[in-house]
Amino acid sequence: MSEIITTDVLVIGAGLAGERAAISAAAEGNEVLILSLVPPRRSHSCAAQGGMQAALGNCAKGEGDSEELHWLDTVKGSDWGCDQEVARIFADNAPIAMREMAHFGVPWTRVKGGPADYFIKGKKVTLEEPREKEGLIMHRDFGGVSRWRTCYTADGTGHTVLYTMDNMVVQLGIKVHDRMEAISLIHDGTRCLGAVVRCLRTGVLKSYLAKATVIASGGFGRVYKYSTNAIINQGTGQSIALDTGIVPLGNMEAVQFHPTGIVPTDILVTEGCRGDGGLLLDVDEYRFMPDYEPDKQELASRDVVSRRMTEHIAKGKGVPSPDGEHLWLDLRHLGEQHLRTKLREVYDICMYFLGVNPIKELVPVRPTQHYSMGGIRVNKDGHAYGLEGLWSVGESACWDMHGMNRLGGNSLAETVVAGKFCGQRMGQWASQQPLALDTKMAADAVVVQQNRINALLGDGLGKANENVDALHDAMRETLQAKVGIFRKGGELEEAVDTLRDLYQRAQNLKLRSSTKGANPEVALALRLPGMIKLGLCVAKGALLRTESRGGHSREDYPERNDKEWLKRTLARWPEGAAEPDISYEPVGLLESPPGQRGYGGATNISMEQSVAKYNDNVKQEWIKQGWHETATPLGAELKEMVEYASTKES
Amino acid sequence: MARQLTFRIFRYDPADPDSKPGFVDYPLEETPRLNLFVALHRIREQQAPDLQFDFVCRAGVCGSCGMMINGRPTLGCRTLTAELPTTITLAPMPSFKLIGDLSVDTGTWFRGMNERVESWIHTQKEFDPTAEEERMDNETAEKIYELDRCIECGCCVAGCGTANIREDFLGATALNRIGRFMLDPRDERDSEDWFELVSTDEGVFGCMGLMGCDDVCPKELPLLEVFAYMRRRMTQVATGQAKPDAGTSQPVIS
Ligand SMILES: Cc1cc2nc3c(=O)[nH]c(=O)nc-3n(C[C@H](O)[C@H](O)[C@H](O)COP(=O)(O)OP(=O)(O)OC[C@H]3O[C@@H](n4cnc5c(N)ncnc54)[C@H](O)[C@@H]3O)c2cc1C
Ligand code: SF4
Ligand code: SF4
Ligand code: FES
Repeated sequence: MSEIITTDVLVIGAGLAGERAAISAAAEGNEVLILSLVPPRRSHSCAAQGGMQAALGNCAKGEGDSEELHWLDTVKGSDWGCDQEVARIFADNAPIAMREMAHFGVPWTRVKGGPADYFIKGKKVTLEEPREKEGLIMHRDFGGVSRWRTCYTADGTGHTVLYTMDNMVVQLGIKVHDRMEAISLIHDGTRCLGAVVRCLRTGVLKSYLAKATVIASGGFGRVYKYSTNAIINQGTGQSIALDTGIVPLGNMEAVQFHPTGIVPTDILVTEGCRGDGGLLLDVDEYRFMPDYEPDKQELASRDVVSRRMTEHIAKGKGVPSPDGEHLWLDLRHLGEQHLRTKLREVYDICMYFLGVNPIKELVPVRPTQHYSMGGIRVNKDGHAYGLEGLWSVGESACWDMHGMNRLGGNSLAETVVAGKFCGQRMGQWASQQPLALDTKMAADAVVVQQNRINALLGDGLGKANENVDALHDAMRETLQAKVGIFRKGGELEEAVDTLRDLYQRAQNLKLRSSTKGANPEVALALRLPGMIKLGLCVAKGALLRTESRGGHSREDYPERNDKEWLKRTLARWPEGAAEPDISYEPVGLLESPPGQRGYGGATNISMEQSVAKYNDNVKQEWIKQGWHETATPLGAELKEMVEYASTKES
Repeated sequence: MARQLTFRIFRYDPADPDSKPGFVDYPLEETPRLNLFVALHRIREQQAPDLQFDFVCRAGVCGSCGMMINGRPTLGCRTLTAELPTTITLAPMPSFKLIGDLSVDTGTWFRGMNERVESWIHTQKEFDPTAEEERMDNETAEKIYELDRCIECGCCVAGCGTANIREDFLGATALNRIGRFMLDPRDERDSEDWFELVSTDEGVFGCMGLMGCDDVCPKELPLLEVFAYMRRRMTQVATGQAKPDAGTSQPVIS
C-alpha cells in the first residue's frame, strides 16, 4: 500500500498565501505541513515587483488615506462585482499585515522627509515629504487609486516578502515537502480528508490526510498562450477542487490582462513603471492615454488601460514587429538613478531579455494575461462552498475582494491578509476537529490516480492516440484568440465547442516517453484535462455573461448591466459531464450601491431592485450554493477581527 | 542563415537502474533571441519528452534554473544562445543532489542553509498590531535590500572550489545571508553570536577568497565587499577589539 502521511493542516501551495495561512494555523496549535511544486521561494509570489496596497498614508501623496478610501477604490476597481464585506476585511486589515511584515523583517522602502522629485501625469514635480513620517513605510502610485498607498521594496517586493515569510516558516519549523504535486482531493462528498500527491522527484504517489486542507496554489494564467505567469501556474489546485463535482469555481471569466507584458517573452514589467511616471506611446511616439482617459491617464485601472491600448492598436497605431503589434513604454525620463535602483529588476529584464536599455530606449509592451480573479469559491473565512474541511486562500481562491477586476497591488496584499485571517479561522476550526483517519478511502483514491498513470504509460488503453503538447497548444491558442480582452458571442461559442472537443480528446492521450519516474510528460498529461476544464469554465462563463464588467468586456454587450448581472458566476463540473454547469449567486451585501467608476467611460443599465431588497436575498441564495455559516455572522462589524487578532497574537 | 546548434546535454535518471550517466547531443536551429528556456522546451517537445530541467519564472528572478552552461554556472532562462558557440554543453550544477538530467535539489540544500544560519530576525519584541511600524532610515533599508536580493540559485555554490570539496562549507550565499542580518538593526544577535556562526572553517575563514562566487552571481551581489566586512568584524571580535554589539547597523558597502 502506498504511504500515508497525516497532519492537522495540509497546505497545498508555498507562495505567500499558503505560507501565511500555515503560520496562522500553527499559531493556533496545529501541526502544519506545506506541499509545493517547487521550493517555496521559487513560488510565483517571488516575481511580483511593484508592491502591495495598504492605507498607511505615510507619504505626501498618501495624506488623508484611510481604510475607507482603500475599500472604496477596491469596490470601484471591481466594477461592483466584489463581495464588499470581504473588501472591508481586506482594507481594514491590510495596514496591520504590512506592519507585521515589517516586524518579520521585510526591508520596505522608507519615507525620506524633505523635498523629493516625482513624475506625475507626465510632468516633473517636487513634493515635500513629511519629516514627521521619516522612516515609516513609503508608498508609490498605482492604477485606479485615490491615494498613493502601494508599499514596496524597490521593485523586488514579492521577493523580499516571500523570503521573509519563508524565513518565518523555517524559524517555526513548519515542514515543507517540495516537488510534490496534489493531483486529487480525498473526500466523501461532504467532507475533505486530504489529497493524493505525486512526488515530482520519483513519480511515486502518496496520500496526505488532514483535518483541514487548504488550497493556495496561485493563478491559472498558463491556460493562455501569452501570460506573465510563472510556467507552473497551471491551475492544478483549482482543477482538483472542480474535480470533486461539489465545489464551485467563482467568476472564472474574470481574467485580467496587464498593460505591460514585454514583447516578445511576455515577461511583466511592473505597474510601478507607470506609477513612477512611465508613459505609453504609440507608433508615432505619441502619448495617447490622456485622449482616452483625461483624468487617470496611464493610471486608470488595468482592465481599462489594456482595453484602451487594444483599441488604439486596432486604429492602426500599433508598432509592427515580427512578434505582432505592440506599443511603447517610455521610462527614459525617469533617469538612470531611478531605473537602476527603484526599477532595477525592470532594467535587468529589458537588458537581458530584449537587449533594450530603458534609460535610452523605448520598451515594447502589449496587454498580456496576468491574473485570475476567479477561483475556488469560499466564504469570508476561506472555507470552500459545499465541502467541509476544504479551504482556499490567495489567487487560487475566489474570496472575492476583486470582483471582475482587481487593482494592482491588491493581490499581493490579499495573500498576506487572507493568509493571516482566513488562516486563523481555519486553524481554529481545525483545532476543534478530530482527525478522520480513513485509510481505506485514502488507498482507494490513490488507486484511481495510479490507474490513470498506468493507462498513460500504456498499460491499458490501446486506442490512445492524442499528443499531449499538441492539445496543450491548441487549448492555449483557443483561449488566447477567442477569450481575450474583447469578447464576442460567436467567438465564445466557437471557443466552447473547441475546448469541449479538446477535453474529449484529452481522455485519449498517448505519451511518447515511457519513463516511470519523474517524467515531465506524465506530469503535463495528468494536468492537461484539468486545465482544459478550467478553460471551459472561463469560456462558458464569458459566453453566458451578456454584459461588460471590469475585465470581462463583450463587444456585443458593451454596457455594465446592474439590472441583470450583479451576480457571481459559479461553475461546477458534475462527474462524467462534458462541460460545466453554470449557476449564479448575488455578489454580496451592497454597502456601496453600483455607481460610476470615474474612468473607463462605459455606460450602465441601472438596478431595478432596491438595495435593501437585493441585500435581503444574499444569505439564502448563498446557502443554496453551499456557503458555510461563518464564525462572525454575515454583516457583523468586521473590525472585530482586528481586535481579536490583537488580543490573540500580542 | 540561422546557426545549427548542438546541445550536448547530460542525461541520467538516478531512479532508473538501467540509466547510465552520459551526454547526448540534440540538434536545434537557432531562432532570433533564443534563450535556453525556450531551447530546452523545444528539445523536450520535439526530441526528448522526458528531459528533466527546472524553470519557473523564466524571467531571471526565481533562481530555479541554475545549470552549468559550457562549464559555467548560470541561469538558463537569462542566457541567450547568441552569446554561445554552436556547441552548447549543459550539465547539472555540482554540490547539489541530482534529481535527474539538469535538475538538482536546491530546495533541500537551501532549507538546510537557512536553518544553519538561522535566517530570520532574532528579536525579543512582540508584534503590536495597534502600533505604527518601527522606523528605519531608508539608506539602511536599501543596504539590507541590496543583500536580500539573493535568489538562492546556487550558482555561487556550484562555482566555489571550497564548497565542491567540503560539504559543510556554508558558501557565499550563506555568508551573504549572514551579512544581510548583521546589517539589520531589527536583529538582536550580537558580535559574539555572529562570531560563533562564521568564524569556523565552515564559515568565512574557510573561504579561500578566490571569488569564483563573485564572478558568477547572476544578481551581482557585492559578495567581495560583504566578505571583507565580515572578516574585519570577526577579526575584531577574535582580537578582543569589538564592543559588545558594535556596528550591527554599520553599512557593508561604503
Ligand atoms: C509577474 C507578476 C508580477 C506581479 N506583481 C504584483 C504586484 O506588484 N502586486 C500585486 O499585488 N500582485 C502582483 N502580482 C500578482 C501576485 O503576485 C499573485 O497573485 C500572488 O503572488 C499569488 O500568490 P499565491 O500565494 O496565491 O500563489 P503563488 O505564489 O503562485 O504560489 C502558489 C504555490 O502553490 C504551489 N502549487 C500549485 N499547484 C500545486 C499542487 N497541485 N500541488 C502542490 N503545490 C502546488 C506552487 O508550488 C506554489 O508554491 C504579480 C503577478 C505576476 C505574474
Ligand atoms: S571566495 Fe571562493 S571559496 Fe569563498 S565562497 Fe567564493 S568561491 Fe567559495
Ligand atoms: S549569492 Fe548570487 S549566485 Fe549565490 S545563490 Fe545568491 S543569487 Fe545565486
Ligand atoms: S526560471 Fe526563474 S530564474 Fe530562471
